[in-house]
Amino acid sequence: MALEEYKGVFIFAQQVDNEISNIAFELLGKGKDLAADLGTEVTAVLVGSGVKGLADQLAEYGADRVIVVDDPELKEYRTEPYTHAIASVIDKFKPDVFLIGATAIGRDLGPRVCARVHTGLTADCTSLDIGDFPLVAIPGREQKHNQLLMTRPAFGGNTIATIACPDFRPQMATVRPGVMQKKEKVAGAKAVVEEFNPGFTPNANYVEILEIVKEVSDVVDIQDAKILVSGGRGVGSAENFKLLEDLAAAIGGEVSCSRAVVDSGWKPKELQVGQTGKTVRPHVYFAIGISGAIQHVAGMEESDIIIAINKDETAPIFDVADYGVVGDLNKIVPLLTKQILAAKASKAEN
Amino acid sequence: MKIIVCVKQVPDTKGGVKFKADGTLDRGAMLTIMNPDDKAGLEAALRLKDQYGAEVTVVTMGLPKAADVLREALAMGADKGVLVTDRVLGGADTWATSQTLAGAIRNLDYDLIITGRQAIDGDTAQVGPQISEHLNIPVISYAQEIKIEGDSVVVKRQYDDRYHMLKAKMPCLVTALSELNEPRYMTPGGIFDACKDDAPITTWGRADLKDVLDENLGLKGSPTQIAKASDKVKKGAGEKVVLETPDESADYIVAKLAEKFVI
Repeated sequence: MALEEYKGVFIFAQQVDNEISNIAFELLGKGKDLAADLGTEVTAVLVGSGVKGLADQLAEYGADRVIVVDDPELKEYRTEPYTHAIASVIDKFKPDVFLIGATAIGRDLGPRVCARVHTGLTADCTSLDIGDFPLVAIPGREQKHNQLLMTRPAFGGNTIATIACPDFRPQMATVRPGVMQKKEKVAGAKAVVEEFNPGFTPNANYVEILEIVKEVSDVVDIQDAKILVSGGRGVGSAENFKLLEDLAAAIGGEVSCSRAVVDSGWKPKELQVGQTGKTVRPHVYFAIGISGAIQHVAGMEESDIIIAINKDETAPIFDVADYGVVGDLNKIVPLLTKQILAAKASKAEN
Repeated sequence: MKIIVCVKQVPDTKGGVKFKADGTLDRGAMLTIMNPDDKAGLEAALRLKDQYGAEVTVVTMGLPKAADVLREALAMGADKGVLVTDRVLGGADTWATSQTLAGAIRNLDYDLIITGRQAIDGDTAQVGPQISEHLNIPVISYAQEIKIEGDSVVVKRQYDDRYHMLKAKMPCLVTALSELNEPRYMTPGGIFDACKDDAPITTWGRADLKDVLDENLGLKGSPTQIAKASDKVKKGAGEKVVLETPDESADYIVAKLAEKFVI
């Protein structure tokens, strides 16, 4: 493998129902920074059926070039045709770095692609940098420069590992949604659009989609919220979440929850924060009646301000909270809501 | 029908994490369990066995003591176990691990391969799809329901705001979520039989792997390399207050919100 032939930062621009997923813009944001460090460009790879018109949106968020693979076989996500599309793009365009969102689609696609092209894939990264490998030069061993250093939590968040892929290309990573920052949108920006179709012939590896069921939900995306009022087992019941909803409404935030709440059937899975739920980084995160298990903390510790309310003084949530109040949430939360409303009202008067 | 279930012995995360000097995990120094997603996969296989009749073979790669998870699987109702163990296989990343398992599986007959979605130590969710690629069979990951229809498998697969009912022709590979089912307990008779010397467990080494190159195995065959591993630096605790009345608590929070210009 002639490594120097591989150039450029590529990102997989995930789309569902011909609508680009947020993660694609987040990857472009990070990809732009990495490309600047490497002195190269960012290319978005857009795969689907009738998707060419979406290329401009990718340009507005930083793509210098968009490779479009458009074919009726790619209408809905299926492992095999999408793998064929991405592996073919890699064979032809030889990227140095390839980033995929660690979504339900990306975590399926990434490993199949890397197995096909024979390269390394680091899962669920939370930080990406360009640097040297080994980090510190070791006498008698070549130190490679301009490597992608991929940092990720393992062991349910107990451990942080930084991983490199020095001898194979592309250097592939799946990236956890909600962690990387989008760039400011540049309205009217254009990218070079290149169409590429490697040909799709169904074979035994093409699975058949019998049915697609969309679970209709009017739930907001908690990853977009600036303020989250999050409840745990301590809230006590589905009905009692009303207290949190009132607080969220007063302060202009959204309600989220811990896994215990989802398991109890009090709130839908879309609102779950944590390792098996969503990673959030709001400006303010209220952890109300949440003990703070490592699996939960892994999904919210990047929040700017964490405020915990818990009656158990020894709850681990207090180890990550900027402000912690020991007390009964049933009494404190309604008072808090009332005071916030009052504060806002007096501000409005002035 | 023949089903292969890949299981992994993982450190019980409650027991803490230990590393060797080279940054790889010191598996010998930690308490171990059968990986929860794999156990759900095994349970799914055993239910298919109950329903349709099937021979269930459990495969693991690891240290010699990984035979413990095979005995546990036999005691739950699996028919056979295969332990793949060899010094040259150690330190493998997902590429080298999936190459090894595919090499072992090529020696076996199968209609369906089930793996867990992900192991709780590495958390990558890569090995199942990679095995399917090496064996050139279809894959359906993140299964929430598994049914057999003739020569095909029908799986409910969850995506972010929807699910797909997918149908794949066998042979194929399915990765299971721990939410799939509630794994059964071992039976006392099963435990007794599984711990006998003549329990149906086969041990394979490097030489028994089929169609696998040396350059794809172990630490040397791993494209990814660890640059650094460390215990996570915890975010420091901030202020914690225990106040007399709920009013004071609410005042305290509102004051902090005002201080940070949130309200």
